[in-house]
Amino acid sequence: MDFAGALSPDHLTFLLEGFWVTVKVAFISIILSFLIGGIVGILRYASIPVVSQVLAVLVETIRNLPLLLIIFFTYFALPEIGIKLDIMYAAIAALTLFESAMLSEIIRSGLKSIEKGQIEAARSSGLTYVQTLNHIILPQALKRMVPPIVSQFISLLKDTSLAVIIALPDLMHNAQIVYAQKDAYIIPIIFTVALMYFIVNYCLSLIARRLEIKQA
Amino acid sequence: MLDFTILTENFDIYLEGYKTTIIASLIALVASFLLGTLIAVFRIAPFKPLNWLGTVYVEFIRNIPLLVIVFFFFFGLRFSGPVAGATGLTIYTAAFIAEAIRAGILSVPKGQMEAARSSGLTYGQTMRLIILPQAIKIVIPPLGNQFINLVKNSSILGVVAGLDLMYHADLISSRTYVTFDVYIFVALFYLSLTIPLSLGVGYMEKRLAKSN
Amino acid sequence: MLKKKSFFKLALVSMVAVLILAACGSKEEKTSGSGEESKNALEQIKDRDKIIIGVKHDTRLFGLKNPSTGEVEGFDIDIARQLAKEIVGDENKIEFKEVTSKTRIPLLNNGDIDAIVATMTITEERKKEVDFTDVYFEAGQSLLVKKGSKIKSIEDLKKGTKVLAVKGSTSAINIREKAPEATVLEFENYAEAFTALKSKQGDALTTDDAILYGMADEDPSYELVGGTFTEEPYGIAVKKGNTELVDALNDGLKKLRDSGKYDEIHDKWIKE
Repeated sequence: MDFAGALSPDHLTFLLEGFWVTVKVAFISIILSFLIGGIVGILRYASIPVVSQVLAVLVETIRNLPLLLIIFFTYFALPEIGIKLDIMYAAIAALTLFESAMLSEIIRSGLKSIEKGQIEAARSSGLTYVQTLNHIILPQALKRMVPPIVSQFISLLKDTSLAVIIALPDLMHNAQIVYAQKDAYIIPIIFTVALMYFIVNYCLSLIARRLEIKQA
Repeated sequence: MLDFTILTENFDIYLEGYKTTIIASLIALVASFLLGTLIAVFRIAPFKPLNWLGTVYVEFIRNIPLLVIVFFFFFGLRFSGPVAGATGLTIYTAAFIAEAIRAGILSVPKGQMEAARSSGLTYGQTMRLIILPQAIKIVIPPLGNQFINLVKNSSILGVVAGLDLMYHADLISSRTYVTFDVYIFVALFYLSLTIPLSLGVGYMEKRLAKSN
Repeated sequence: MLKKKSFFKLALVSMVAVLILAACGSKEEKTSGSGEESKNALEQIKDRDKIIIGVKHDTRLFGLKNPSTGEVEGFDIDIARQLAKEIVGDENKIEFKEVTSKTRIPLLNNGDIDAIVATMTITEERKKEVDFTDVYFEAGQSLLVKKGSKIKSIEDLKKGTKVLAVKGSTSAINIREKAPEATVLEFENYAEAFTALKSKQGDALTTDDAILYGMADEDPSYELVGGTFTEEPYGIAVKKGNTELVDALNDGLKKLRDSGKYDEIHDKWIKE
């Protein structure tokens, strides 16, 4: 094992460059997934005929497939329907597709957790359905959803590593290039990569926990 | 339309991968359940060093990608592809299972433990006879979800020459120069495993909700 | 019970949904093959004033992203730059996209890249999928082993020996024919395959000698053995039917050879 050689300044910069791609991809994906997942979750919660069923089928299908397959699929399928994306945006599209399905379920169950009595009370006091959703249900549900959404973001950061199969220049990809140089680099680099992920994700999970305690 | 000759001509190859995916998932399922239970017990045992050990395990493993763990076993410890994959899956999933089981145990009111202990049962007996039977009910749905994740995550074997469904799909695709159709069939193979599991979990959730 | 039934329905419908999605996708694929974009790819490049080339990022001497500088460098890269100079008039009017052996043909057919300059062997099978230029490099498949290994040539690949290769490469297909008793394990890219060899996941790594020289150059405790056992003429691949682009690239290659620029690039990277 050659920790000093493996972690030379050049290599560290190269790894951090990769990590920056990881963070960027995960961050953009989580925001997009929150928007899309939110809309899908609300539409499913509202049980609009046909729309809800179609969404249910899509969400269930995506949730039951390996992310690795979805990444590969999106990367090659998107161009076939005329959408040409850079590797980074293709990775974002794939992760967003998968995470939206995951988040829509979190959001739907968050909405469902609000007692029916509140909705009835709001409606009978003269609010419309949309007003009730906006002022009564969403604010409460959102609060409850924050911790699971943060843990979903942690998953996303971890899952970005799977985009190595489409050659996204993320942390894992750059790590592979570094440790392919020398066998003595393999274990030091794998530990360093694990540590980088751990530090960021652990901080995020601490934030999630603090939010959970505040609410309780 | 979908080219079914891809499926029929390569059926044996698909099947071989399918078998490995199922076997690796089953082994990892049993192993991660055992390891996860052990770590959950560590985390709640009335002995501080064990608590710390359990906490460090769960916090570290949950916060790093599965791929990094699998690469560690494959490149670092030089396990063969399928073994590195199954070991990585076990280590990774155990952390999540431990958390699910711990949450289940903690959800049983504390008073019960005290009552049982004061009526003369040992710690082990109380766990086995009073706490665990109640905890299992609460734990089954989240455990089921972890197992579904495990089956999906087993596709990681494909990256380390683990001879699973994903790996064989890559081989078919590089020999036939067909991408889309090859992976659609792979998707169906995965769904044939995960959808029944999801249905099972959903069904259990409903039955348990009713019985309460 | 009713709920359970609806769950099953859901499952069934989702299966059908995947099939329909697939059907649509496949249809698109067929129409895009003969679309207008393939007709005037050369004009498209000129309009865009930039050529997009798929290259390797993990293949020393041919296309390697240098961890120290972040630049991609190698024989393929220099050749591609010179061709960009011939076609769009400037060696910097070029965009490199990383491809692997597994991803390059789908990327080309999807229109993500104009051409592949990525250690790609011209084969009859591939000619059905893409069009190739003239040969721009002569390689041959060989074996890389740890120095002192018992394996001296392809004849030593007996039952029980493990040979490592890369998904989607011709060498993975060839080795199964030439050494049918050996177990072949395939990886995503050369970096992963070489790391696997170092981690003793296999007894030998097989691919084109040119790529293997790069690995032996990187880590001198590995060496090539047994000479070459196939001929691997490298060509530049473009989407099927793009004759104008093939002609333009062939003209460019010829000019490079005539001007001596080709030999200059060859000697810079390939030392034998």
